[in-house]
Amino acid sequence: MPLEIVFPMTNEHELQLDLERQGIFLSTVNRFYNWGRRSSIWPMAFGLACCAIEMMAFGLSRYDVARFGAELFRASPRQADLMIVAGTVTKKMAPQVVRLYNQMAEPRYVISMGACATSGGPFRDGYNVLRGIDLLVPVDVYVPGCPPRPEALLHALITLQDQIDRQKLGRVRWYGEGVKPQTTDFPVPTFGAQGLEIDGRLVDPVGGLPLVSAYTSPEFGEMKSGRLEHPEIVRHFPIMDPTVELEHPLKARGVAPEIAADDLKRGEVGNAEA
Amino acid sequence: MLKTEELQINIGPQHPSTHGVFRMIVTVDGETITDLKPVFGYLHRNHEQIAEQNTYLQNMPYTDRLDYFNSMANNQAYAMAVEQLVGIEVPERAEYLRVMMVELTRILNHAGALGFLINDMGMWQTQLAFGMREREKILDLFESASGARLMCNYFRFGGVVRDLPPDFIPRLKELLQAMPAFVDELERLLRENEILMQRAEGIGILPRDLALAYSVSGPVLRGSGIPYDVRKAEPYSVYDRFDFDVPVGTVGDVYDRFLVRIEEMRQSRRILQQVIEQLPDAQGGHINPKARQNVRPPVGDVYARIESPKGELGFYLVSDGSGKPYRYKVRAPSFINLTPLGDMCRGYKVADVVVILGSIDIVMGEVDR
Repeated sequence: MPLEIVFPMTNEHELQLDLERQGIFLSTVNRFYNWGRRSSIWPMAFGLACCAIEMMAFGLSRYDVARFGAELFRASPRQADLMIVAGTVTKKMAPQVVRLYNQMAEPRYVISMGACATSGGPFRDGYNVLRGIDLLVPVDVYVPGCPPRPEALLHALITLQDQIDRQKLGRVRWYGEGVKPQTTDFPVPTFGAQGLEIDGRLVDPVGGLPLVSAYTSPEFGEMKSGRLEHPEIVRHFPIMDPTVELEHPLKARGVAPEIAADDLKRGEVGNAEA
Repeated sequence: MLKTEELQINIGPQHPSTHGVFRMIVTVDGETITDLKPVFGYLHRNHEQIAEQNTYLQNMPYTDRLDYFNSMANNQAYAMAVEQLVGIEVPERAEYLRVMMVELTRILNHAGALGFLINDMGMWQTQLAFGMREREKILDLFESASGARLMCNYFRFGGVVRDLPPDFIPRLKELLQAMPAFVDELERLLRENEILMQRAEGIGILPRDLALAYSVSGPVLRGSGIPYDVRKAEPYSVYDRFDFDVPVGTVGDVYDRFLVRIEEMRQSRRILQQVIEQLPDAQGGHINPKARQNVRPPVGDVYARIESPKGELGFYLVSDGSGKPYRYKVRAPSFINLTPLGDMCRGYKVADVVVILGSIDIVMGEVDR
């Protein structure tokens, strides 16, 4: 049967499917590139606390993440694509987490696994616990639970794969125009008088116990702290830039201002055909 | 021996085999370790401080997260401490259910710990997959009983939160029947492997007197040849009704600690079989119906201890008569077993550090608290 190609090519994707039905397989560079990346996300072998046990279960016999191409836990951040922040990030560990993230090569992704990594979780009231790793590095997928089941982490991985599928090669931040060297380095927090600081600005203000932080003190109520937790609402932490648009509805909104300008490009990545 | 310039190596806090966020500053002379300084605190998440702001019952799920590998054992130690403080009776059946859960936890912990140990020797994830396979089966049982895989939060003051589901005992019997084959397989993986034997035998020796001086407990102490087990020395719960042995090592090296854990899994299986036999005759329900969960203990203090899979786990509680503990102190076996690490490593090669650390079996959640 002769090939029938309908002109004009209104929809690239429909045409592709049409050809596939006739036994001709075409691909766009985007699709091929994203397929390659989404099918070989190598996580870093990086466990912090309880969630690391479930992360191991996710990698081993029963849940077998090898089905999704992400079974190669790399010991070195240089070889890893994905950092699963699995567990409570304490203020002593937070600088190391940021350093590890900085050492990862682009493209790099972060899954915030469990309540502790997302918001401090049950240990939120502790003076030494960072209230969410997204204060320091951008997070792609949040997984609720304490600890999340391995199935939940698998779902997070699938969600991340969906996000990768939407990226456009010409617009991703590591190939796009105007890539600045400093965009790859997130500021490493240091210890100040009141907690972790970035350039003298408090990241996670804590006044010891009882808490006097504006975000969790009883005067301002748990309600406010609950609202701040919500991923749909922009967090008004000092280093956050609330104007940053989203790459994906599930993507974290807040990013450090150092990358905010460049990150605006991220907003275009997930958009429909331009 | 040739003396060369000393070099300091930093291992951790992010290292694929440090069992959590643990940092060691190792001073080496060539390949030989001359000094080792552990650095703690990367997972210090204010357990004790938070616990003093919670009510007694609210602390139960926090104890799950202390030693996150075996939540049931932590629950039991904490429940025992509060029960002694308030004076709550525990029905016989509840005690049996507790023993059953804690012994299952012991099997689960050792299966995981031995997997990690051989993982540290260089069999990356192979052995761990065997351990995790068995672990998942036990976690299924926990899930059917408590509703959660890892953080079970199953114990309450005066018993356990709910009785067993009807299919629990048949599934447990099935698991116990298949267990000897798995334990033998686990044992053969080390004993029949010449390379792994060389990395375990005579490595990381902890002599008897040093083990006592550091007050280590659990398999590390028994590996050094001291037959001390809280279940025998001060029988709590219903442990005086069971017939089981306390395995001890002879030399106190990595290999002995491995063998002690293997044998403890077999002994736990023996205890579980006796529990299944005696459980139908046990009096009472799964919880004391008169026990209040919202406790207000009288002024006083209490120390309750159990033999957790990692060693002697104790809770020291001070009550000021209010609904919240005035002081909440955890005697964490991982932390105290970790203290002789420097002495155990001195004189061995730098590659042995990770193996010795793996043989202690630590969980950072408990070390740093």
